[in-house]
Amino acid sequence: MVTAEAQKKVQLQEVNFYYGDFKALEDINLDIEANKVTALIGPSGCGKSTVLRLINRMHEVAGRTRVEGRVLLDSEDVYSPGMDVVGLRSRVGEIFQKPNPFPKTIYDNVAYGPRLQGRSSRDELDGIVERALRQAALWKEVQNKLKTSALELSGGQQQRLCIARTLAVEPEVILMDEPCSALDPVATQQIEDTMDSLKKDYTIIIVTHNMQQAARVSEYTGFMLIQETGEPGRLVEYGLTSKIFTMPDRKETENYITGRFG
Amino acid sequence: MSGVSRQLVFEKIAHLVLALIAAIAVAPVIGIIIFLFIKGGPALTPEFLTSMPTNGMKAGGIFPAIVGTLYLVLGTIVFAVPVGTLAAVYLTEYATQGRLTRYIRLAIANMAGVPSVVYGLFGLGLFVLLLQMGTSLLAGSLTLGLLVLPVVITAAEEALLAVPQSFRQASLALGATRWQTIRRVVLPNAIPGIITGTVLAVGRAAGETAAIMFTVAAFFLPTLPDSPFSQAMALPYHLYTISTQVPGMPEEIKWGTALVLLLLVLSFTLTAAVVRARFRRKRRW
Repeated sequence: MVTAEAQKKVQLQEVNFYYGDFKALEDINLDIEANKVTALIGPSGCGKSTVLRLINRMHEVAGRTRVEGRVLLDSEDVYSPGMDVVGLRSRVGEIFQKPNPFPKTIYDNVAYGPRLQGRSSRDELDGIVERALRQAALWKEVQNKLKTSALELSGGQQQRLCIARTLAVEPEVILMDEPCSALDPVATQQIEDTMDSLKKDYTIIIVTHNMQQAARVSEYTGFMLIQETGEPGRLVEYGLTSKIFTMPDRKETENYITGRFG
Repeated sequence: MSGVSRQLVFEKIAHLVLALIAAIAVAPVIGIIIFLFIKGGPALTPEFLTSMPTNGMKAGGIFPAIVGTLYLVLGTIVFAVPVGTLAAVYLTEYATQGRLTRYIRLAIANMAGVPSVVYGLFGLGLFVLLLQMGTSLLAGSLTLGLLVLPVVITAAEEALLAVPQSFRQASLALGATRWQTIRRVVLPNAIPGIITGTVLAVGRAAGETAAIMFTVAAFFLPTLPDSPFSQAMALPYHLYTISTQVPGMPEEIKWGTALVLLLLVLSFTLTAAVVRARFRRKRRW
C-alpha cells in the first residue's frame, strides 16, 4: 500500500486479544484507509467481529477481556489510559448484525445520539434527523411518519434507520457487523447503495460472510482464518479487493474465495 | 391397534385428572370469595365504608381502617420501590457477576423467607424505639417496605433482564454512558414489569398484620391520622382485634371487614395483571 501515513484512519499493530484466558486473535496488523470501504471476510469464529469491537472497545461490555498491542485511531491509541471511551464511541459508530432500533419513534431513534450530547433545540434536532435519514436513504419512505414507532418498519428499513441513528452522531468511522445477514436481497442492495454514497464522508469497515458482497462494496479486503478450533484468529492476507479476489498471494485465501471451504 | 387405543384412553384419563387437580387448586379461592360475599356482603353499605366505628366498634363503619391501610400502602411504595429498583439496577447493570452478587441474591432470597412477625419485632426495635419514631405510620411503612423489598427487587431484576441486550449495545455504541443507557433505554422498557411486581408487593403489604401490630396499628382511634408520626388503624389489624378482642361483635361486621380487605388485595393483583397484559400486547421485541 502506497498511501501516505496520514490517510490511515485506523491501525492495528501487533494486536493480540484474549477473552478470559482464551486467545482469540494473534498478531493482527491492519491499516485501514480513510474514506474507503474495507471488508473483513473469513469463516465463522475466525475473529472478524472481534476485530471490529476492538476499535470501538465494545468488547468491554461483554466481560473480562485483554488487549495487547496497539489500536490507533488517527494515530492516537484507543487503549491509552486517558482515552474517553464514550467519546471514542461517538467517533466510531457501529451497525449490528440484527437491526436493533429502540422501541421509540423513528424520530426519537435518530435523535437519541444528538440528545445524549446535549443538543435539545427542536430546530437543530429536526435538521439532524432529516439529514441523517436522507444520508441513509430512508427519508423519502418515512418523512410523513416520523412519529410512528420504529418497530413498524420492515427489517431493511430498520437497518437503514440504525445507520441513520449512527450517522446522526457524526462519527468518523462506521463499523458494520454483517449488516445484511438478516435482510432480503432488495434490502441488501439498498444498504450497499447507501454504503457507497457514505464512503466519501466516512471510513467504513464491514464484516461479511458474503464474498460477493465484499467484492461489490469494498476497496480493501482482509481475509481472516483460524487454523484449528481453539487456535487464535489471524489475518492471513490483506490488500486491494481487486487483487484478493483475482490473484491472492496465499493458498488459503484462494481456497476460501473459490469456495473450497467455509 | 390396541396399543394405540390404549394410549388414547390413557391420554384422556391423564387430561381429566390434571384438569381436576387444577380445579382443586382454584376452588378454594373461588370458595373463599363466594363465602365472604354471602356472609359479609350485606354489611357492605356505603356507610360501612365511609363512617367511623361506633359503640365500641360493634356498630358503624371501618373508614379509618381503610384510610390507614391506604396510607400504609402509599408509604410502602414510597420506600420500597425506589430502593428496590435501584438495588436491582445495581445488581443487573453495574455489579460484576460473581461471589458478591451471589451472596447479595442469597440474602435477598432469605429476606423473602423471614416470617413477618420477625419484621414486626425488628421494626419495633429499630424504627419505633431506637430511631424514636414511635408507633407511627412512618415506622409501619418502613417495616412493610423492608418486608416487601425482596419481592420488589426480584421483580425489578426480572424486568431489567427482560430488556434485550441489543438495546444496551445500541445505546453504548452511540456514545451513551452506562447511566444514560439505563436512564433512557433500559428503565423505560422495564417500568411495566417493575410496576407489576410493585403492585403484587403492595397487595402483600396491604394484607400484612404481624408487621404492623407493633409498629403502627392502633386498636381504636377517634380521629384519622394527620401526620406520618400518627398511629393509624389498618384493615388486617382491625379484623384481628374485632375477631379476638371484642366480645359480642356482630358477625356481619367481621365478615364485611374481611371482604373489604380481600377486595382491596384482589384489586391490586388485578391491576398488576391488567398492566402486564397491556404491556405484552404493546411489546414487540
